[in-house]
Amino acid sequence: MNIIAAMTTLPNTLVAQIGGDYSWIFNLLFYVVFIVFMFYGQRIQTYVMLREVEGSLYRLRHIKDEGRKIAIETIKEIGKPQADPSVRVDRFLEYFTIAPQSLDPAGVVWKLEHILDVRDTRLKDDVKLMAPSADETQTNNLENTLEAAMALNFIYKVIRHYYLLGKKTLSLYVIMQIQMILPLVMREAEAYASALKAFAYGQPIGDGAGALVAAKLMHGHETKKIAKDCVVATVPIEGRTAYVIKAEGPGGNVGKPGDAVKAIAEENEGKIANVIMIDGAMKLEGEAVGEVAEGVGAAIGGPGVDQFKIEETLLKYHLPINAVIIKEDIGDAVSPMRKEIFDSSDKAIERIKQVILEKTKEGDKVIIVGVGNTMGISQ
Amino acid sequence: MSDMSKVESSTSTTARIPSFVLMIIFITLALSLTALISAVSFFTSGEEVIAGYLLLIGALGLAFSTYMLLQTRRRMSSLRIEVPPVMSTIECKKCGFKNVREFQRGDYIFKEVEPCQKCTDKMLITAVYREVKEKDKEKERSSF
Repeated sequence: MNIIAAMTTLPNTLVAQIGGDYSWIFNLLFYVVFIVFMFYGQRIQTYVMLREVEGSLYRLRHIKDEGRKIAIETIKEIGKPQADPSVRVDRFLEYFTIAPQSLDPAGVVWKLEHILDVRDTRLKDDVKLMAPSADETQTNNLENTLEAAMALNFIYKVIRHYYLLGKKTLSLYVIMQIQMILPLVMREAEAYASALKAFAYGQPIGDGAGALVAAKLMHGHETKKIAKDCVVATVPIEGRTAYVIKAEGPGGNVGKPGDAVKAIAEENEGKIANVIMIDGAMKLEGEAVGEVAEGVGAAIGGPGVDQFKIEETLLKYHLPINAVIIKEDIGDAVSPMRKEIFDSSDKAIERIKQVILEKTKEGDKVIIVGVGNTMGISQ
Repeated sequence: MSDMSKVESSTSTTARIPSFVLMIIFITLALSLTALISAVSFFTSGEEVIAGYLLLIGALGLAFSTYMLLQTRRRMSSLRIEVPPVMSTIECKKCGFKNVREFQRGDYIFKEVEPCQKCTDKMLITAVYREVKEKDKEKERSSF
């Protein structure tokens, strides 16, 4: 009651100070505003939120259109197609993948792997049709460019869906959901926007930190193909034999490290002293970019197929596994590699050597897996 | 390099603000300025109450239009997709000669490039990276 009394007397006293004759205008204005906010407060809040989402949607549309434009320009420049690739690119941007049914979860990983393989082949075939003059590396880079454009198109369409749904229903809760996660969505979209340029130019990205470590270790040694899009080199490190695995570069590729680890373990009949995985990992806010940390477990992201395969191999042969990670955020992971991440690859190598010295004996065999997209990184 | 500048310029041209919005902002700005000038003239002629109201309206209008102008500027600048400069480090393994230049399409880590200027041995790209501005690094730092 005291607050209401104070609120009603406040404009009177203020207005009385400004000019007595016109005080009724301010009084009326105050009551109108008070009543409007009392009855339409939520509606006004909804409109304010809708406006905010609209602003972000405008920016998302711009980013998405830029993505499409960059993809088409890159295809025209590299692939030298006979016809205009715009129609094919538009069709590509609308591609979708249906995840396998998991009501009976047994064997779902193999079904998922099959679906992902079919998707990969389909996308590669389409890229080859769009860009007939592109070589293997350029085809991989173009596929990555188009996938980034596809991700931007999807983000835009989802946000637009919720915006229009909120506008139709004028439901505060529909709008609120999207408005609350909008800063994170925008961050991701901006990360993909910078990824697009990195992919188009074939620049190494932050996600390739693991691949870079492996590349540095195996450079100058003979490599051979071990699994699909994966190479291995036998490298002597601290008196041990290290099988260093990475995706085959310099085209944008993540390979199949799960199959590669399995093949090496089988080749050596499970006589592997240690498996060390290196990957770029999501940092928490407040942690420094390029910080190197150590732990145990299969350090690998993605849909989970390769992590599953590696864990199966480890279990079969009872192999210990260590992980070295290089910290980065989503923006760093998909944009051109930051100097801090590049420099931390040497620190990661030191850590790997330390792990090898501490956990294995001279003459032992170890597997070192550099996980990540190897775009712009050869071997 | 030319590729990059081409993309950068193309991204900035599509950012447009509707002309009628700008027109409303400028009309408000003009009216606010008129109100402020009138306030001064009313004040000198002794009509202090009217001068007070005009001053209030003028100040509010000026603040609103300036805010809107700044907002539209921010919106235009936020539509640009920034292309960070990416550098390639080229090294000669034989004599240690090092050269840092801007990234060129086709560059990749461990690519053999042009012969060394000093010993004519083949040089190798040993690093491709982007450097983040000190200003952006400051933003990332936390006191916790």
